[in-house]
Amino acid sequence: MKTNFKQLKEKLIESVLMLSGAATSITVVLIVFFLFIEGAGVFNRKPIDDGYLLVVNATNKVKTLQPSQVKDVFDKKITNWNQLGGENRPIVLFRTSDITEYYTEEELGANFEHFPEKINELIQKQPGIIAFFSDKYKSDKFSGKELDIDKVKVWEFLSGEEWFPTAQPIAQMGVKPLIYGTLWVSFGAILLALPIGLAAAIYLSEIAQKRTRSLLKPLIELLAGIPSVVYGFFGLVVIVPLIQEMFHLPVGETGLAGSVVLAIMALPTIITISEDAMRNTPRAMKEASLALGASKWQTIYKVVMPYSASGITAGAILGIGRAIGETMAVLMVTGNAAVIPNTLLAPVRTIPATIAAELGEAPNGGLHYEALFALGCILFLITFGINMLVELVTNRKAHKKQ
Amino acid sequence: MHKIESKNVNFFYGETQALHDISLSMKENTVTALIGPSGCGKSTYLRLLNRMNDLIDNTRMEGSILIDQKDIYQKNTNVDDLRKNVGMVFQKPNPFPKTIYENVAYGLRVNGVEDKNIIEERVITSIEQVALWDEVKDKLKKSAFELSGGQQQRLCIARALAIQPSVLLMDEPTSALDPISTSKVEELVHELKKKYTIVIVTHNMQQAARVSDNTAFFYMGKLIECDKTKTIFTKPAIQQTEDYITGRFG
Amino acid sequence: MKSQNKLARKKRISQNIAFGIFTAISYAIVALLFVILAFIVVKGIGVISWEFITAMPSNGMTEGGIYPAIIGTLCLVLASMIFAFPVGVFAAIYMNEYVKDGWIKKIIKQMTNNLAGVPSIVFGLFGMSLFVNKLGFGDSILAGGLTLGLLVLPVVIRTTEESLKAVDSTFRHASLGLGASKWQTTSKVVLPIAFPNIITGLILSIGRVSGETAPILFTVAAYFLPKLPSSIFDQAMALPYHLYVIATSGTNIEKSRAMAYGTALILIIIVLISNLLANALRKYYGKKVKMN
Repeated sequence: MKTNFKQLKEKLIESVLMLSGAATSITVVLIVFFLFIEGAGVFNRKPIDDGYLLVVNATNKVKTLQPSQVKDVFDKKITNWNQLGGENRPIVLFRTSDITEYYTEEELGANFEHFPEKINELIQKQPGIIAFFSDKYKSDKFSGKELDIDKVKVWEFLSGEEWFPTAQPIAQMGVKPLIYGTLWVSFGAILLALPIGLAAAIYLSEIAQKRTRSLLKPLIELLAGIPSVVYGFFGLVVIVPLIQEMFHLPVGETGLAGSVVLAIMALPTIITISEDAMRNTPRAMKEASLALGASKWQTIYKVVMPYSASGITAGAILGIGRAIGETMAVLMVTGNAAVIPNTLLAPVRTIPATIAAELGEAPNGGLHYEALFALGCILFLITFGINMLVELVTNRKAHKKQ
Repeated sequence: MHKIESKNVNFFYGETQALHDISLSMKENTVTALIGPSGCGKSTYLRLLNRMNDLIDNTRMEGSILIDQKDIYQKNTNVDDLRKNVGMVFQKPNPFPKTIYENVAYGLRVNGVEDKNIIEERVITSIEQVALWDEVKDKLKKSAFELSGGQQQRLCIARALAIQPSVLLMDEPTSALDPISTSKVEELVHELKKKYTIVIVTHNMQQAARVSDNTAFFYMGKLIECDKTKTIFTKPAIQQTEDYITGRFG
Repeated sequence: MKSQNKLARKKRISQNIAFGIFTAISYAIVALLFVILAFIVVKGIGVISWEFITAMPSNGMTEGGIYPAIIGTLCLVLASMIFAFPVGVFAAIYMNEYVKDGWIKKIIKQMTNNLAGVPSIVFGLFGMSLFVNKLGFGDSILAGGLTLGLLVLPVVIRTTEESLKAVDSTFRHASLGLGASKWQTTSKVVLPIAFPNIITGLILSIGRVSGETAPILFTVAAYFLPKLPSSIFDQAMALPYHLYVIATSGTNIEKSRAMAYGTALILIIIVLISNLLANALRKYYGKKVKMN
């Protein structure tokens, strides 16, 4: 009886432990599930605000428009219906605020009670019109033709060059500038951090005395412990003004500022991982080189570095991964302009910073909200891919060693 | 005239003294075997001869070691050049993760030889010297790790020979090898004696008897006895030596 | 002979240059750390006072203290650790003591690695979607704490696993050999030995959690609250978010700068203390274990 109880207890404990062991796996699955459920929603929507209509004259042959076409129409890049497959007729733009150009306030009524019928009347009168207004102004005797807008397409989402999800009439949801911004800032950071980090790793693993090393290592690791918001703050009050002054810029909040801050943050990762890899170089290998009359430095770059190349690569990739996912520090120093960057000396905006800056203002479950989750999916996929790459690189090394 | 001459050498790892007052000399073109139980200091002594012990933190050496009448522990000694002149073969084969060819060429490259023809010629002669040429001539561009342990060790010897040293230090070079590879390396030592001064550390009594001209017996950091190998193995002057050789301890 | 000397000189010079650069860079990195710390300490030390840490913010967060943010961060640390510490330790025990090498272990290990690689802002999205919306916790300490808990879970698991691995297997064999069960061995022998190192991991996790901003942006953090949270279903202010807010979007950025330095200093102090404490513990017990 007693042993039975003991066995039962053991079994029970083991299942609790197993459940805990599964916690990370479950979390990853849940993250994927929720991120993609919410994010996929954006591709099931029209990029036009709920409750708003795009209306043309009933005689207009055009029935559907692509989101990009609507944008071009309202940007006056397309000015004639024949460019959209309709008749040769100039396009007349109409937004709610334009109503006063056509009707006097008396005609609209003191409380705009005649607004709906006047809009309807206008649409009837103007064969070339395209009108954008809220459906609360849709008249009971509505006689125009509602345009059908295509849903957001994955490809357009990925390749669109403008991110302006609250734009009217059509939300612009091109993530290209954000992806470019993220990559620019991250690669800039690695370009700065890799040579510096590598130099420090070489110093710590091959040159420094044991005592110096045990003094410096914890200090460098301390850099990793400083919260990113503190880095952001430091960047904002020190690095941003410095960059502004150095390059005589109108604003210091630039991609470069982001790269510098991220480089500082990526240093501990790069140093720790590369140093570990270098220290793993077998002593016999180093001694063989030295015994052949190679100098210490020759031994480092001809034997130690090639031997630890995969570890160093893993460190660099991991550093990029960290940089790509970093939010707060970047948000605070890059200026957050959603344009495709062509220089690191201009404001840029990254994917994580976009999510952080906009999610608070995006109505729950709306188009904008879902678009931000879709951004989260992209971010997740990039970092997941990077993790896999690191795994691959380190596994190959393990393989080679056998 | 002695090729290598050490006088009153003391060596310390931190506070611990590992070698006590070692005075030992070797003539040119001879093979000297260093024997003794584990931890007796024979490897430590060997590694003093090319200043390999410099790499270990917190060590100290006293006395002097002369190679070609030059004190190698002088301040102005160029350690790289010393090591170029005093080649070393290690306990376990330790080829670089490079091709067979590049392994042998490495020492030449780090010592500033750039002429491709010279490098190629030296690589080939070195590999021939260790009787490895026929086994590897078709796979010079393959990784050195594809060779067997015995082949790797001979490659490491070739690597040491390529930079044309005058002294060759061997630290238990056959301890990781099978008997056939071992006998190949031993034959090689016989052959190499003609051109080099060789110092070999070994655990294996028979090996010492087979390959060496002189034998030095170390015990607890002290040099107990050094004499012609024949003498050491037939009528050693000191009881401890006899006990060790006849297997009464060690 | 002459060319030999020239070569030796060339080798020596290039080595000296290279090593000089590496040494300089390494010390420059450490100097940078000190610059960052010194900058914040110098600018922030004047702000810190008893009032600063015990008073509510006032006058559009340009005056007063950061009391609610400190309390909020404390609540979040507590909430996240109550979840992450036991789960993380159990998971590590399962990984190290129970499951045998094989695909299950591989998957768990891989997934833990993957979770550690997920950017913190994605945790924020996830927490908002699952805890705030789907489970209906709303913006609350519960939602934020759970999100942060999931974020540090891999850290807790890794440090605990390392502590367990460091326990010599002879202890386990001795206990099992005396007829103790697996759990008895784990709980009575392995865990007590590993305990100091596990605590070290816990302290480091606390340092990490108290500085995270992105995961709490949409799950708990409030811009300003006139009163302290009274239950786990309340919103809370938090130090890192508070720093972000007053540094970038407060009512008067210039005027609240001093408060920002003070807040940054408090954050740095938390990190420093947790690091020092962890290092000290590690050293102290490291010696003790060796002496045995």
